[in-house]
Amino acid sequence: MNQTTRNVSDTAIRLVDKVGRWTVSTVEEIGNGGVLMAESVFWLVRGPSLKQPVRPGAIVVQMMEVGIKAIPIIAMLGGTIGAMLAIQSIYMLRIFGAESQVTYGVAFSVVREFAPLITGILIAGRSGSALAARLGTMKISQEIDALKVMGINPVRFLVVPSLVAMVVMVPALTLFNMFVGLTCAGLYINADLGISLAAYFDQTINILSLDDLLHGVGKSVLFALLVGVIGVINGASVTGGAEGVGKVTTRSVVQSISAIIVTDMLFAFMATR
Amino acid sequence: MADQPKKVIEVENLVTHYGPRKILDGVSMSVNEGEIMVIMGGSGSGKSTLLRYLMALEHQTSGTIKLLGQDIDTLSQKEMFDLRKKIGVAFQGGALFSSMTVGENIILPLYEHAELDMMTMEIMARMKLEVVDLAGFEDLMPAELSGGMIKRAAFARAVVMDPKLLFCDEPSAGLDPVVASALDDLILKLRDAMSMTVVVVTHELESVFKIADRVTVLDRGKILFIGTIDELRNSKSERIQNLLNRRPEEDNIDPDEYLRRLTGQEERVGDATL
Repeated sequence: MNQTTRNVSDTAIRLVDKVGRWTVSTVEEIGNGGVLMAESVFWLVRGPSLKQPVRPGAIVVQMMEVGIKAIPIIAMLGGTIGAMLAIQSIYMLRIFGAESQVTYGVAFSVVREFAPLITGILIAGRSGSALAARLGTMKISQEIDALKVMGINPVRFLVVPSLVAMVVMVPALTLFNMFVGLTCAGLYINADLGISLAAYFDQTINILSLDDLLHGVGKSVLFALLVGVIGVINGASVTGGAEGVGKVTTRSVVQSISAIIVTDMLFAFMATR
Repeated sequence: MADQPKKVIEVENLVTHYGPRKILDGVSMSVNEGEIMVIMGGSGSGKSTLLRYLMALEHQTSGTIKLLGQDIDTLSQKEMFDLRKKIGVAFQGGALFSSMTVGENIILPLYEHAELDMMTMEIMARMKLEVVDLAGFEDLMPAELSGGMIKRAAFARAVVMDPKLLFCDEPSAGLDPVVASALDDLILKLRDAMSMTVVVVTHELESVFKIADRVTVLDRGKILFIGTIDELRNSKSERIQNLLNRRPEEDNIDPDEYLRRLTGQEERVGDATL
């Protein structure tokens, strides 16, 4: 009896201990993320006067990697999502015999929701993971230490170009995603309901306000920062060799996507109040 | 005191922790200008840790470290960057940037710190590659080089800024004896040609006898010995003789404690749970 009580209290203590440790490490990680962003801004602004400028060349390389090379997959998925939205909206609106109003559903969902969300998730999987893996590998092979002893600040040299590239390219990709998504939805609507593309785009432009566009693009900037910072924090926290790199890579993708979805909901809630 | 050699590194009473564990316990040492100081000791003696602190990669619990006459704790960020330009490091695994070619790796410190035109920097990088016998390899990626070549390329990168102080972490670890010996020659050559001060961490005895001017022996986080090779050979200390003659340490085994350890009933120090 005594033994059982002891086991139960032991388990309880261990559980509380675990929750406590998890909370502390989570708060610490969020704090690290904030520090990292502040540091990045510091190097962008003060770097040149400390003779540690952020190289435009490095930013361009990252922009190619994060942005230009993601265009095909963004086009494919953006187009598919647009068509899917058209199909579902028509199916749903048919219940009320209001198929001709499909443009409303498609225009708002693509511009306000799906374009930033899909772009964010894709960048999390493509570039956030790559960032975590690259930094993690560099840390393990002492390349980060090598940078430090050479007098090159690793945040300035490695992190800032990636973050800047993401903050510029993710909104650009989101705009592109919106365009492709709306076009593909229009093509489907044209084929299914016989509404001409010209009429469709005309209606879309009438429906959408600048506010809707900013809603979508604004969110994508937040997603870019989230993916970048989560990737860097995970990459920098790697321990334990190649297996550790795999772990932080997975972790960064899961965390990024979760953060994107939660932020998306909060942003939509705040922005529609 | 005019003939007193200038001290390039001065460490006083350095105490460091890794988590709750004390790694270095009151280490004091100094390195004179132009000498090759070898830091040796068994695994876990703290020699790699000491090197990390000398490279100013960590913050110590207490004690002071002066590099080239400057206390590294009191330096501003900018002064620290300037100090680092005068220090070169050849890491154990080379730590070449895997996304850049060998040539780009070697040029990087110049590119970041020196305001020279590209042509001049390329010539300087090629000169260093000549010194380490890697001429013509600048367009290869680090992954395409052998272990010995990576270490030599790392040396070239470490000395490309003509540092006053060079740190080498286990230069001959994992290399065959011929290549290891060539690297020792390279260290001597670099010191003589560029009058650098060199600090080498190693446990390869042959290299110690070949290159060292003075030796620091660390043992369990404390300084066991500092002196010349001859003094090292003639040392009366049993632990040093064990290290030199590759004799295993014979700890006195307490049978009761041994049994407790095996059965896992050893009292865990500092463990709060019952």
